[in-house]
Amino acid sequence: MSDDMLRIGQFSFTSRLFVGTGKYATYELMRDALAESGCEVVTVAVRRERMFDADGRNIMDFLDPDRYTLLPNTAGCFSADDAVRTARLGRELLEGIENKGAAWVKLEVLGDTKTLLPDPVGTLEALKVLKDEGFCVLCYTSDDPVMAMRLKAGGADAVMPAGSPIGSGQGVLNPWNIRIILEQLKADEADFPVIVDAGVGTASDVTVAMELGADGVLLNTGIAGASDCIAMARAMRLAIESGYLACRAGRIPRKLYATASSPIEGVIGAPDA
Amino acid sequence: MQVMINGQWHQKDPPLSVAGLLDEMSLDHRRVAVELNREIVPRADYHATMLAEKDELEIVTLVGGG
Repeated sequence: MSDDMLRIGQFSFTSRLFVGTGKYATYELMRDALAESGCEVVTVAVRRERMFDADGRNIMDFLDPDRYTLLPNTAGCFSADDAVRTARLGRELLEGIENKGAAWVKLEVLGDTKTLLPDPVGTLEALKVLKDEGFCVLCYTSDDPVMAMRLKAGGADAVMPAGSPIGSGQGVLNPWNIRIILEQLKADEADFPVIVDAGVGTASDVTVAMELGADGVLLNTGIAGASDCIAMARAMRLAIESGYLACRAGRIPRKLYATASSPIEGVIGAPDA
Repeated sequence: MQVMINGQWHQKDPPLSVAGLLDEMSLDHRRVAVELNREIVPRADYHATMLAEKDELEIVTLVGGG
């Protein structure tokens, strides 16, 4: 089918921008930035309840469960076992608040604390278990085309290659790999969702990802860490829309030499040939 | 009895249910999820599930993240 909706598993969305809820200076700022971004999906993490909470505030006081589809992540997990347990707990939490997101999970199994690069082996192991348990699984991965294909073959409902390391703000470092991933994963399934996730720093990074042909972009630090989160959220909303449109508008080719935009004939001063 | 909660041992007096423990900790049942000895405890079973010596619990909630 072809309309403008982004479809992943049983979900469909108008906005192709997924925004994280971490690292904001205040919950109020988070709430307002998310609203400004126009996103419909927000990621959340699952963590131990602190025994003593000074202010007693809960993030759910600032996220409308009817407005947003929450996407629980397995961030911070360094083993398939931890990721699977975290995913199950995330589902349990979302069932508790009756949010649609109880059916899905952003799977991250990390391999290294400094780079936060994913562990491919652990990711594949966890993917298998989660698919067997009925989850819709969006897999965070590096921009390795072979790994992306393995994840799709392993049942991933979406593959999410990193543009650059999480929180690094370097944007899409290797657009060629992203293009290869898009071409290979969509070869037999044009609508298979590929979402660029991680490393987005500013609006142009989002547009670049969308112009390459990505189905969506997920970012957190790019908005939460900006000096003016609200302005950056608005910029990101415009960027995802403009990138989506430009990708489908049939851009001009890149040429080595110039081709004039104004007519060559009729310029004053030269004798008529 | 000794039970582990979120990685720390605590001394608790039996009988104590999961619901009772959450109430002791002033936690909203709908905003947490509970894993007891590696198995999720369904919310509907919080009152009926009794804790035992050396039980290990993870009590989690949603927080911000990317």
